[in-house]
Amino acid sequence: MASTITSPASADDRVSARSLGARLLSRPEIGSLVGAAVILVFFVIAAPPFRDINNTGTILYQAALIGVMAVPVSLLMIGGEFDLSAGVAVTTSGLTAGLFAYQFSLNVWLGVIVALALSLAIGAFNGWLLMRTGLPSFLVTLGTFFILQGLNIAVTRLASGAVASNSISDMDGFGAAKAVFASEFKLGGVTIKIIIVWWIVFVAIAAWVLLKTQIGNWIFAVGGDAAAARAVGVPVKKVKIGLFMAVGFFAWFTGMQLLFVQNGVVQSGEGVGKEFLYIIAAVVGGCLLTGGYGSVVGGAVGALIFGMVQLGVVYAGWNPDWFKAFLGAMLLLATIVNLVVKNRAEAR
Amino acid sequence: MTTTKSFADDATTSPNTPIVLLEDVGKSYGNIQALRGVSLSVRQGEITCVLGDNGAGKSTLIKIIAGLHDYTSGRMSVNGEERHFGSPRESLDSGIATVYQDLALAPLMSVWRNFFLGNELTKGPFRQLDAAKMKRIAQEELTKMGISIPDLEQPVGKLSGGQRQCVAIARAIHFGAKVLILDEPTAALGVNQSGVVLKYVVKARDAGIGVIFITHNPHHAYLVGNHFVVLKLGRVALDTHRSEITLEELTTEMAGGSELEALSHELREINPEVVVDDVQKGQEGT
Repeated sequence: MASTITSPASADDRVSARSLGARLLSRPEIGSLVGAAVILVFFVIAAPPFRDINNTGTILYQAALIGVMAVPVSLLMIGGEFDLSAGVAVTTSGLTAGLFAYQFSLNVWLGVIVALALSLAIGAFNGWLLMRTGLPSFLVTLGTFFILQGLNIAVTRLASGAVASNSISDMDGFGAAKAVFASEFKLGGVTIKIIIVWWIVFVAIAAWVLLKTQIGNWIFAVGGDAAAARAVGVPVKKVKIGLFMAVGFFAWFTGMQLLFVQNGVVQSGEGVGKEFLYIIAAVVGGCLLTGGYGSVVGGAVGALIFGMVQLGVVYAGWNPDWFKAFLGAMLLLATIVNLVVKNRAEAR
Repeated sequence: MTTTKSFADDATTSPNTPIVLLEDVGKSYGNIQALRGVSLSVRQGEITCVLGDNGAGKSTLIKIIAGLHDYTSGRMSVNGEERHFGSPRESLDSGIATVYQDLALAPLMSVWRNFFLGNELTKGPFRQLDAAKMKRIAQEELTKMGISIPDLEQPVGKLSGGQRQCVAIARAIHFGAKVLILDEPTAALGVNQSGVVLKYVVKARDAGIGVIFITHNPHHAYLVGNHFVVLKLGRVALDTHRSEITLEELTTEMAGGSELEALSHELREINPEVVVDDVQKGQEGT
C-alpha cells in the first residue's frame, strides 16, 4: 500500500526569507522612530532656536525627565499592566527623602535610602494587591494614586507646616547626592545634565534585560498570555510584582533628581498627571496597552518626541497651549499604528 | 503496510508500575461535583485515552494532573508518592507536561521564544539568552515532527493550528516529560495534520513516555490507544484495555447516536485509506 501520509518537505518553499527591510518594519519601535525623525526635521525647519546645538542639552533633559520613568512603565505595559500612581510616586519619594533627613537631622543619604525602601514597598504593594485581588491594574493603581496624592500633601503639611518639604541643601551628604542625581557637565560646549547619562544607561540595561534574558522573555509572556505563561512554569506573580517594584525603583530615582535639582525642596502637589506622560511615551514607542508587545527603546523614543515637541513649540514661538492637543493627537496616531501592527502579527 | 497503520499492533500492558495513579479522585466546585470517583493509571510506554463528550469532566481531570487545580477527594500518586500539586511548576518538575487545547502559547511571541518559555537556555556570566542555540534546537525538534517553520522569529499567532499543536507537543517532549497529557490535540486539525500528530503521539510512547490522550474522537483514540477510559457526567463509565473492546463498542459507549455515525462517515470520505484501513486492522487484532 502506498504511503498515506506524505512527510512534509524539509523546507517550506512558500515562505521566503524576509528581507532586512521587512524585518526592520516589524520592530515595535519603528513607528516612533519615523515619527521622531519627522518631528525633528519639522522643528529644525520651523523653529530656528531648535538648530542651536546648545539647546540640544535642554531638549534631551526634558526628554530624560519623562524618559527615566518611561523605562519601567514600558516594561510594565509589555507585562500587561499599567501604573497610574507612577507620577505621584515620584513626588512621594522626593518628599520622603527630604522630610526624613530634615526631621531627624540625619545625613541626606539616609533619607535617600529610606525613600528607596518606601518606593520599592509601594511598587510591591501595588503588585501584590493586583495579584491578590485579580482586579484590573487601572482600579488598583487609581486607588494608590489618590492615596499617595493625599498623603504627599497631608504628611508634608504635618511635618513642615507648609506645602513643600524643608530645604536640605545645607545638610551633610547633600553635595555628594546632588553630584549623583542632579549634576551637570559640559560636553563640547553643550551642558549635559547627569540624568541624561543615567537615562541612556537605564534604557540600555532594560532593553538588554527585555530582549536578551530569561526575565525579559517572561515579561513578554505574562503580558501576552498570563495563563499560558503560568502553565509552562513562569512565575507570573513574581514577574508582575517585580515589574511594579521596578516602577518603584525608577520613581525613586526620578524623585531624587527632583529633590536635588531644586536645592533640596520638593513641592508636595507635584507629579499629578505625569503618569499619563509616561504611558504616552510607552504607547507612542510601540508598547501595546494590552501587553505582550513593545520595546524599551521605543519608550525612550516616545520620551524624546515628548521633549522635542514640548520645547519645539516654545522655540517656534507658538502659544504653548497647542502642546497638549498635539500630544493627544500623537497618542491616537500611535495607538492606531500599534493596532494595525498587532492585527498583522496575529493574522493567520 | 505503512508505519502509520500499525500504531497499536504491539500494544500490551506494560509491567511497569504506574507513573501517575489516580484512585477514586473527585473534585467539587462548591456544590457542583465536576469529577467523582475517577481512577486512572498511566504507565511508561502506554497511551491511555480519556474519552468523553463536552462537559464530561475531561478538562477538570487534566487540570488536576497538570497542577492547575487541586482535587478534593481520593488520592493521586506520582511515582508511588501521594501528591497535591500547588502549581503547574510542581507538576512539570515531576515530569508531567501538558499540551492544552488552547495550546498555552503566547501569540505575539516568536516561535523559538515560545518553545523555550519557562526553560530558557542561557550563557555567560550575565546569564544572557543563548538565542542561536535555542533557535537551532527548536528547528531540529520541529523538523523531527515533520513541521518546517522557516522563520522562527515569526510570532506564533501567525502559524496554523497544526503547526502550533506541533510546537507545543515538541516542546513538551523536548523538555523530558515522563508523562505527556494531550488535551484534544486533533480536535482542531485536518485529517493529514491529525495523522502527523497521532504519529508523533506514538513516537512519544515508543520513547517510553506515558501518554494521556484526551479526545472525543473514538477513531483517533482507537488508532493509538492501549487503554480506554470513558467519562460521563464526571464519572468513569468505561475502563477497559484495548484487547477487550472494538472500535464499534467504544464508539457506542462513548456517546453513540447519529452524530458519530455521521462523523465516521465523513472521515471515510475524506481519507478512506488511513481511517478505514486502520479501523479494520484494529478490529482484526481483537
